[in-house]
Amino acid sequence: MRKRSLFGLSNPCFHYELATDVYPDPVAIPTPETVTLYIKQELKRTNISLKVGTPVKTGQRLVLNEGDDICAISSVTGTICAIAPFLADYGRAWTAVTIKTDRGDTPDTEFTEASEKPSLETLKRYLAAGPGEPDIGPLMDERNPVHTIVIYGGNADLLIDTSLYVLKHNAEAVNEGIEVLRKATGIEEIVIVVPEESVQNYSGHLDARIQSVSSHYPYAQPLMVLHHLTGRLPDEKGMASMGVYFIRAEAVAAIGQAFSTGSLPVEKTVTVIDKRGTKHLVRARVGTPVGALLKTFGVEINDQDKIIFGGPMTGNAIYSEDLPIGPDTDAILVQDKSVIPLYSDYPCINCGDCIRICPANVPVNLLVRFLEAGQYTEGADLYDLYSCIECGLCSYVCVSRIPIYQYIKLAKYELSRITSAEEMNEQ
Amino acid sequence: MNSKKTLIVSHAPFWHDGSGIPERSYHTIIAALPAAIVGIAYYGAPALGVISLAVASAIIWELLLNYAGKRPITVGNGNAALIGLLIAMVLPASAPWWLVVIGTFLAIVIGIQIFGGIGANPFNPVALAIAILMVSYKSHLDFDAALVNFSLNFPSATDPLAALKAFGPAAVENLHPVDLLMGRQVGGLGSSCGLAIAMGGIYLILRGIIRWEISIAFIAGVFISAMLFNMSDPVRYAPPVFHLLTGYTLIGAFFLATESSSSPVNFIPMLIYGALGGVMTVLIRNIGAYVDGVIFAILLINLINPLVDKIRPKAIGKVA
Repeated sequence: MRKRSLFGLSNPCFHYELATDVYPDPVAIPTPETVTLYIKQELKRTNISLKVGTPVKTGQRLVLNEGDDICAISSVTGTICAIAPFLADYGRAWTAVTIKTDRGDTPDTEFTEASEKPSLETLKRYLAAGPGEPDIGPLMDERNPVHTIVIYGGNADLLIDTSLYVLKHNAEAVNEGIEVLRKATGIEEIVIVVPEESVQNYSGHLDARIQSVSSHYPYAQPLMVLHHLTGRLPDEKGMASMGVYFIRAEAVAAIGQAFSTGSLPVEKTVTVIDKRGTKHLVRARVGTPVGALLKTFGVEINDQDKIIFGGPMTGNAIYSEDLPIGPDTDAILVQDKSVIPLYSDYPCINCGDCIRICPANVPVNLLVRFLEAGQYTEGADLYDLYSCIECGLCSYVCVSRIPIYQYIKLAKYELSRITSAEEMNEQ
Repeated sequence: MNSKKTLIVSHAPFWHDGSGIPERSYHTIIAALPAAIVGIAYYGAPALGVISLAVASAIIWELLLNYAGKRPITVGNGNAALIGLLIAMVLPASAPWWLVVIGTFLAIVIGIQIFGGIGANPFNPVALAIAILMVSYKSHLDFDAALVNFSLNFPSATDPLAALKAFGPAAVENLHPVDLLMGRQVGGLGSSCGLAIAMGGIYLILRGIIRWEISIAFIAGVFISAMLFNMSDPVRYAPPVFHLLTGYTLIGAFFLATESSSSPVNFIPMLIYGALGGVMTVLIRNIGAYVDGVIFAILLINLINPLVDKIRPKAIGKVA
């Protein structure tokens, strides 16, 4: 953790991890005894067709009811041993499906037939829950046609290697994925965004325009990239309303791999950062409990330590070692309790540190006063809530240690719920 | 699915640069101490008494208000101690005990706590308290009257600003700037040594605790407006260096105008805010009724702070 320097006049400056030629091969984690997968839908016990005791095959779609769009892809062969409700961030209700694994791997063949002809329906049906978790919905929305697909090659946060590693080592799969996307969507304009110091690693190998962005944090955050490309930022309707579609490099690689082999990828590349800051690249089945990964590297977890999905700036802390890695978990960061920063309950003292560090010129000091009071609409209308690119630097420097980043994310989430409720009423 | 180990869950980011309100307060106190020590060296035990009483009573007032408001005890963050110290530094060394206690009451209770505590004060609490004392107990804040019983070995036995007001620049032209800079002048017990205050201010600027734009703009405002007055009529108006080194100018520029919650945070507003404070100071000194204008100038710029701070750079991605 970087502390404030003695001379506090200058702003702290962070760099993303860059691509190197010397990535060690990822450590393969053996298939665990149980995996847990999330179906991002509320569990209503009264009518579900998914039953405990059902055998499942590797790559099989798991849905609560026949005909549901929302699914999970089983990453192992085995038997469903538990179906339970799961409360995710912001109070979203999901369903956790736990599968006890068998010894062998029997691939499910349903996708093989579908893979012969790439289409958006196939992508949505089979790959929306795959590694990288692409949200195919915006590509199919006819009201807001997408004109550019941005493949996001940079790592989403500091310390993480996953995305650039996948882009470098799976260039073939990425190329196939680009091909599939072109065929399925008919969109020609596909851009790959990578940090500028990593450009020479990629240019020429990939069948898309390479766009470089600064390797300074936060200039490769998705929203900052969007601003770099279009000069605008999305409002509460989300990125899709701007005709630009973001997809992670790992998701493109998964799409390419799926269509070239005819079977769905079920493994995820994860960067594990232990307490000393040493990094390990890992390949594990989606749904593997975090504890299994940490045990491989001898990371000891004690009471009051912190395990984080994602990087130090924008990740999510989790409450148990038994929680599984999801298809969007790029990194696992472990913090010892001695380095966890303490929080305070002071109000904003208007010191202006957030103003000086904000890369988006958001009047954070005024915005946070409205968000603290729950006045999200005022924050959005008057104080540039939607200019925030969600880098977390304001909270990093906040003297009063206000959870500004959390307030902003919560406000955006609540406003998007209002917008989607309004849209549903209109229909 | 629950494991036995309790992990800590919190919101991102999971790093913090380690800054905090106690650190800010204590570093500001460290920066202010040299000037206070110079005051003790010149005025002796009475100055030490005023400083101790002011710091102690400020902390006690905040503690009482914490209890009365059933709020968390916040005296540990050093803000009350800092306010007490700054009040002592602008008072004369002869200030009676009740004046000090009333001063800290005004600053802590009227200045901060009734607005909701740290961060909520619209005015600099020290400037507010001293302004009320200046109009209520005139003779106790008139340095010539207050310090009459001290035998001081200074080049001038009277307050330079009061002498300037009464007799014009001719009365103070024998005062050497180096004497003024070293604090060899009649004034507040911790606010007359320009060298110590400027050192403390530069320390705070380098640490990033105060915003240099405000201090520099304030000093420039004082200097330029005093220079214009002086150029227009050197017989009636004192030179700019004199204005810089006397009265509360430097403590105002580095410690009072820069108080975070009553000052702006954007670049251009900080310059306007500081410069306006400097200009107002000289206007009050040169054509106003009061001997020193810094305190009232700072209250005035505190008033315009919310308004000027609306001048801010456009946030990215805004279409309109």
